[in-house]
Amino acid sequence: MLAASNISISFGGLNALSNVSLKVETGEIFAIIGPNGAGKTTLFNIISGLYAPSSGRTTLNGEDVTGLAPHLLARRGLSRTFQNLQIFFRMSAAENVMVGRHLHEQRNVIAHLFTLPSVLKQNRVTREKAEELMAFVGLRDMTNRPAGTLPYGALRRLEIARALATEPKVLLLDEPAAGCNPVETAEIDDVIQKIAARGVTVVLVEHDMKLVMKISHRIHVLDQGRTIAEGTAAEVRANEAVIEAYLGKHGQREAARA
Amino acid sequence: MRRLLDSPYAVVVLLALIVALLPLILPSLFYLRVAAIVCIFALAVVGINLLMGFAGQVSLGHAGFFGIGAYAVAIGPTHLGIPSWVSLIIGAVAAGLMAFLVGRPILRLRGHYLAVATLGLGLLIAMVFTNEAGWTGGPDGMPVPRLEVFGFRVFGPRMWYWISGVTLVIGAWIAANLIASPTGRALRAIHDSETAARVLGVDVARYKLVAFVISAVYAAIAGAYLALFDGLVTPITAGFLRSIEFVTMAVLGGLGSIFGGIVGAALLVLLPQVLTVFHDYEHIALGLIMMMVMIFLPSGIVPALVARFRR
Repeated sequence: MLAASNISISFGGLNALSNVSLKVETGEIFAIIGPNGAGKTTLFNIISGLYAPSSGRTTLNGEDVTGLAPHLLARRGLSRTFQNLQIFFRMSAAENVMVGRHLHEQRNVIAHLFTLPSVLKQNRVTREKAEELMAFVGLRDMTNRPAGTLPYGALRRLEIARALATEPKVLLLDEPAAGCNPVETAEIDDVIQKIAARGVTVVLVEHDMKLVMKISHRIHVLDQGRTIAEGTAAEVRANEAVIEAYLGKHGQREAARA
Repeated sequence: MRRLLDSPYAVVVLLALIVALLPLILPSLFYLRVAAIVCIFALAVVGINLLMGFAGQVSLGHAGFFGIGAYAVAIGPTHLGIPSWVSLIIGAVAAGLMAFLVGRPILRLRGHYLAVATLGLGLLIAMVFTNEAGWTGGPDGMPVPRLEVFGFRVFGPRMWYWISGVTLVIGAWIAANLIASPTGRALRAIHDSETAARVLGVDVARYKLVAFVISAVYAAIAGAYLALFDGLVTPITAGFLRSIEFVTMAVLGGLGSIFGGIVGAALLVLLPQVLTVFHDYEHIALGLIMMMVMIFLPSGIVPALVARFRR
């Protein structure tokens, strides 16, 4: 479904990623983990078209999409959320999700200027769809609130609903549980599994080991811009290189508990 | 009540009522003249607000588009024998086209850089009007023939009040339509996070251009009206200070509020008239009032009042 081959990028002489390759199968939950600065978000930014890699290729559904602009990738069925929330704070929660319906709406500006009846009908359909998605992520009663007034955990789920509104085939989640308390994390865990159950391929970057080990089908481990391991939770947990370079003694204990 | 405040259409209805009832309370033609000028400026500011208040892109050059509209209705009938109303349409289209061509490259710039680039565009257009004296009358400007539509002559404050007032209501209605549409949501999304808008499939460059072109057309129509109403156009019409005036009106009244832009326009047209009582200190008083508004109502007059009213 989604593949990256031999991706490298450097910022001012620092090799943020060198020769990273991965392949995500349709319908799986694929996690990318690694210590801070391992290059996880950089890899996400390349896959989602925000950065162009210095070398390497990305493919989506077998087509080469290297360096394609994000809005064109969205058309091909790839959307994402952000670690540092990128909420449209001047809009209501529902309107945030409505923006996600953009590609499924008629985009004739002349019709919009004069609000032809078709635009009104479409606005209604878009709103219904947005409310449905907000209910899906558990934000049913927050639709009309200004986005800025939502609690942190809700904003994380709002971003997921917004990305889902594009009807992606591949959804990239950049630390969906960052800064969330255990209850919120459990809710997000639940949402991610529901998304995968709908047939959407999910790729996530996450620090919460418990969450990653629990829901991921396969895990890709980065350290200092290099791949050090890939496999199922059990394989990664048992991998010497991972334990040594990433999990350490503390992680070992946590992993044992998870 | 809250629902009503949130609806952009409530503003359009309110505005229509004000425009319809205002002549009943204005005591003389002088006031009607001032009201007509307020409507004309407000029209330009409604356009600027779509660009600045909703899409979040600054322009310090919109007087250039205002000037294109103004000179179109001067040059068209005088030199080319084109009827004024056709010239007005040509001017609006020309301004839109100019915005389209120039907007592509300069809207890639952000913040201060975009401000300087649009500033340069405005200066350039004003320069052309100053230097092409054969067509424009140079720095002295040129007279503008009266508007005549199918033999019906339009002149005087009363007629211009109604024309500009009705156009303003229509302009506000169109702006409200746009904001409530997918285009409007895309523009507002760009304002808050271009990155997020892009990954959701919004073609950011296209929508910035859409806002730039639409706001240029608003400015050009307003410019044409002012020139036709005044019967004279000079390069000052398209000058830098005029651009600043538009931005000040939009910010003072409240960015992102259609009604705010109109209030801002009214304030900046009316205040200098009122402040003449201070004689030599007129400009000091105006400057102080503007600073006070920005300090105490930083989100602009109308949004700040709406927020207070809600509590």
